[in-house]
Amino acid sequence: MHTSVVVIGGGQAGLAMSWWLTRAGVDHVVLERGVVGQSWRERRWHSLRLLTPNWMNRLPGAPDVGGDPDGYLGATAVVDLLDGYARSFDAPVRPHTTVLGVRHTASGFRVDTDGGPWRCRAVVVATGTEGESRVPALAAELDGDLQQVTALGYREPGQVAPGAVLVVGASASGVQIADELRRAGRSVTLAVGDHVRVPRTYRGRDIYRWMDELGVLDERYDEVEDLARARRLPSLQLIGTPERRSLDLATLSAAGVQLTGRLVGVARGRALFSGSLANFLKAGDLKQARLLDRIDAHVGGEPVDRPGPTPVPATVTELDLARFSAVVWATGHRPRYPWLDPALLDRRGAIRHEGGIMGGGMYVLGLPFTRRRRSNLLAGVGPDAEALCGHLVEHLGRARSAA
Amino acid sequence: MSTVESSVVDNGVNVEALLGARQALAEAPEAAQFRWRARCEWVNGTHSRTTIHDFSGLGAEHTHKSPSVIEGDHPEVFASEDHGPTPTETVLAALAGCLTAGIAAVATNRGIQLRSVSAVVEADHDLRGILGADPDVRNGFDGVRVRYEIDADASRADVEALVAQSQKRSAVFDILTNPTAVTVEVA
Repeated sequence: MHTSVVVIGGGQAGLAMSWWLTRAGVDHVVLERGVVGQSWRERRWHSLRLLTPNWMNRLPGAPDVGGDPDGYLGATAVVDLLDGYARSFDAPVRPHTTVLGVRHTASGFRVDTDGGPWRCRAVVVATGTEGESRVPALAAELDGDLQQVTALGYREPGQVAPGAVLVVGASASGVQIADELRRAGRSVTLAVGDHVRVPRTYRGRDIYRWMDELGVLDERYDEVEDLARARRLPSLQLIGTPERRSLDLATLSAAGVQLTGRLVGVARGRALFSGSLANFLKAGDLKQARLLDRIDAHVGGEPVDRPGPTPVPATVTELDLARFSAVVWATGHRPRYPWLDPALLDRRGAIRHEGGIMGGGMYVLGLPFTRRRRSNLLAGVGPDAEALCGHLVEHLGRARSAA
Repeated sequence: MSTVESSVVDNGVNVEALLGARQALAEAPEAAQFRWRARCEWVNGTHSRTTIHDFSGLGAEHTHKSPSVIEGDHPEVFASEDHGPTPTETVLAALAGCLTAGIAAVATNRGIQLRSVSAVVEADHDLRGILGADPDVRNGFDGVRVRYEIDADASRADVEALVAQSQKRSAVFDILTNPTAVTVEVA
């Protein structure tokens, strides 16, 4: 089978690229291991809603999401959105097609799949970031009786063994899961490291409205001071709820969640926690204040209704693991590319790219800060897809004139 | 990487060299492997003398410009001769030295001119632990508090952020707050 471009992955990134390729008149296929929006169907907990409000979630060429512009779509609604989007321009999605290998050939690429090989002249990797959960090595030292659940595998409190739960990680996933378990009446301990505290709203508007207006989300990969750090940054401590409430370590602590430092070891049946919690809480408060200062300066106003500092709880450096029935690893995830030439990856297994351009007719999008801070947001892939599609079309033109 | 402002502040830190090293060592993790050494001789009683001179890193052996000697002893209230700080106090010195170096480096990178930096480090220590008088009391500190006084061309929030970042990048802070495997053997 021949086509000009193979797009791997049929989520928002792959579909956004497909829309731009369609518009440019470039023949292509979108290979999807399951069906459109597969990760949104199988790797989300039931209560999950987008962190970004509806007004932001516009895909290329698509109308507004509709509904309350300040509301937050649930995962099922995101699936419907992506399904409808793929139908709207008849995206050439090949469902239930798993990519087995991508190889350079004399004329371009050969993409091997479980449905046969494709030959093409450019490849776009749009498989997202959820290849596998990033679980610390010490997970292997935990007792077999202790249930272990990852954020990607978590669905609802009823799935977690009855009893006290240790949630590890305080990005959006960790704080949301800790919150849901606590509301379900569980005793919850949350191990906290580096995190990004932001209020859901400030001065009556969603924090994303402010970040959009300040230009924070448009910061480019080649302008940001420390790109490696910007790409590693944990997700914002946010939850999308109808009442637009803030969810952070201060509110969790007030709700009875026990905060500890990072989980740093397991010894003699005890979990050992870092003594650095106070500094992480302080750093989170300071970073939040800097963002809110920028908003105040932007509107030329004095601070209003600032969230208070996160209270530093009594230090806990170790806990008996026998008191817990389950551990939830909200320690992040990472993409996996077993089907790519290892030479395209860095020593940590991440794709080497320059703003999404891998070179030689290969592209990647949908990763944190691919081109801009908004790159990994649902609607942030649209502008990246446009830029990369432009580059790709030029590449095809050059390849054709060279042939 | 460094900001424009960093060229006008002078805290005596060569930030360009540090940033260059960071970039170079990210590409060459083997060269980033350092080994620190301290050599200790028992003198008498609780008095010992530790000399620090050589270390390895960047794929080679190195020596400091001159050896440094740290005496270790116990105070007279422990019925010792007090030839120097207790080793626990030397740990506090290590923490203060590490955090303060970090503050100077981060300040320079952020374009903040420091005028003075001083710190008081205190550790609470229940001696019943090391004396074996109460099995529920640990040998080490109950907690460590560091209080900085910093005079700098920066807002209070920026100074607090500086101190927070210094902790995030401090080796001794990490050593004290996180478990480290320690093996001790007899040659």
